[in-house]
Amino acid sequence: MESVFFVILAVVTVFSALMVILQKNPMTSVLFLILAFFSTAALYVLLSAPFLAAVQIIVYAGAIMVLFLFVIMLLNLNRIKEEGSPLLKALGMMVAGMLLVIAAVVIRSTVIPSDSGFVAGTEPGFGSVEAIGRSLFTTYLLPFEIASFLLLAAIIGAVVLAKKKL
Amino acid sequence: MNLEFLSQIPLLLTIVYCVAVVAFVFLFVLFSNWLERKISAHIQDRLGPMETGGWHGWSQAIADALKLLFKEDIIPAAADNKLFRLAPYLVFVGSLAGFAVLPFGAQLIGSDLNIGMYYVIAISSLVVIGILMAGWASNNKWALYGAMRAAAQMVSYEVPVALSLLVPVIMSGTMSMQEIVHNQEGYFWNWYVFRMFPFSFVAFIIYFWASLAEVNRNPFDLPEAESELVAGYFTEYSGMRFAIFFLAEYGNMFVVSAIAATVFLGGWQAPFPFLKFIPGAVWFIGKAMSLVFVQMWLRWTLPRLRVDQLMHVCWKIFLPFSFANLMLVGLWAVLWGK
Amino acid sequence: MFPSLNHYLILSAALFCIGAAGVLTRKNAIIIFASIELMLNAVNLAFAAFARHWGDVSGQIFVIFSLAVAAAEVAVGLAIIVALFRHKESVNIDDVNLMKW
Repeated sequence: MESVFFVILAVVTVFSALMVILQKNPMTSVLFLILAFFSTAALYVLLSAPFLAAVQIIVYAGAIMVLFLFVIMLLNLNRIKEEGSPLLKALGMMVAGMLLVIAAVVIRSTVIPSDSGFVAGTEPGFGSVEAIGRSLFTTYLLPFEIASFLLLAAIIGAVVLAKKKL
Repeated sequence: MNLEFLSQIPLLLTIVYCVAVVAFVFLFVLFSNWLERKISAHIQDRLGPMETGGWHGWSQAIADALKLLFKEDIIPAAADNKLFRLAPYLVFVGSLAGFAVLPFGAQLIGSDLNIGMYYVIAISSLVVIGILMAGWASNNKWALYGAMRAAAQMVSYEVPVALSLLVPVIMSGTMSMQEIVHNQEGYFWNWYVFRMFPFSFVAFIIYFWASLAEVNRNPFDLPEAESELVAGYFTEYSGMRFAIFFLAEYGNMFVVSAIAATVFLGGWQAPFPFLKFIPGAVWFIGKAMSLVFVQMWLRWTLPRLRVDQLMHVCWKIFLPFSFANLMLVGLWAVLWGK
Repeated sequence: MFPSLNHYLILSAALFCIGAAGVLTRKNAIIIFASIELMLNAVNLAFAAFARHWGDVSGQIFVIFSLAVAAAEVAVGLAIIVALFRHKESVNIDDVNLMKW
């Protein structure tokens, strides 16, 4: 059951990721990006991380991608043509392909303990809101606070950049 | 996650439940369409539909639905064909997906997720994307304006909605819908809206108003303001696809009311223990329907806000109040317990 | 068992390389930005897979932090793109060469 879901979701994710970079129209490619995020969220559910799945949908699909669509619509970017040299394109594809080959070789050759499946079984509470909250507010309290400052800085930065006159 | 549990649930039962929920959504939309006409008519001192079907024109909505189904399906020549076709279904799926975690009764729930509340907030973002797609694909200025207003409004109002829904989550210590309902057992003063007075009550009020903006109802119906934008993002839609938008919109009205009923008004619990012999589903649907009635009532009573007023209300009134409210509830929970 | 850590890592690597290819080949700033999001997403998937592998929730915490960083990055990045469009009427990265010599 789990393997069937994994195959379907993996195919959907890779396909939509490819469409993101191959589509000419920015609107369609951003919509394919949303599909990729949704199928990744489903993969998180397979990985016993339902909370992450919900966060992924809320943050990416609900906020970030809406911003993307908003900017595309606001600037009417669909009419903008892009032309690049085919040589540069082929070169870029080659570099990325080589990166994939290297990554695949590294992953295959690394000895991961208990290669046939996951080492730890899941306890009942794994990946729940409670477990994540406990960890977030004890071990990772300082990074959590720093992240809030980062977000504040981003808000101020975005306002300063986007506003014509302050 | 271990997906073995899927094989243990009788598949047939799940399918039956899904079909029943979809049928319920259709019935609800037909009924509330008729109800809205009657309410608007009576508020304006008219009678509304009286002819179709006999008693108070009860089958007017059915006749309208049939008319929409048989209408010609028009796709504008300049529209983005694929996105235009896809958008209404996306909106409908986003609205229907919320029903999966609504507890209609002690046993009647699609799936009692332990992140149930969070799931509802997350999945409703699908609606925003569908609306943006519809507005863009129509290739029409009004549709585009409507879609952009809808996106700005829904993304902004999601914040006060989520913050005020966190208040009952703090009070019950769980996000599972069923457990939240179980924690409100007993007399009606055990419902969360009456506990931790007045913080929870304030949260309920903020949630109700902000959820009106989430579902684009008056006084926040700027995205589809018919007097300025024709019909907003679905101006170009007709026939079947228009009907699907309509279904999604009324379905959403029920979802937000049902969430309010679940987390603030005791869900399927009866107000007095001796009324327990009445099935929970009756209480649940009754509570949700009364909130839907208030939504309709407001629509025919209040004028529409301006765009700047809309943003002012969200960011300068709802947001600070719901933040302060959340912090005070947290303080209360720490000092005096839940 | 079929979907083991290795399979998730291969999937994550594939997503990362697709994102990298997008960054290297496209000229539209928005698409480049989308490709960067794709790469971040690939890394998040690897984190979640490792968290599941070791039964340690820390991997999931890292995903949450990376989502926060991604949100901050998008807010500022899109503001830069909007500001850029105001000046140049274009989001083609070839038009942004003031700092080049």
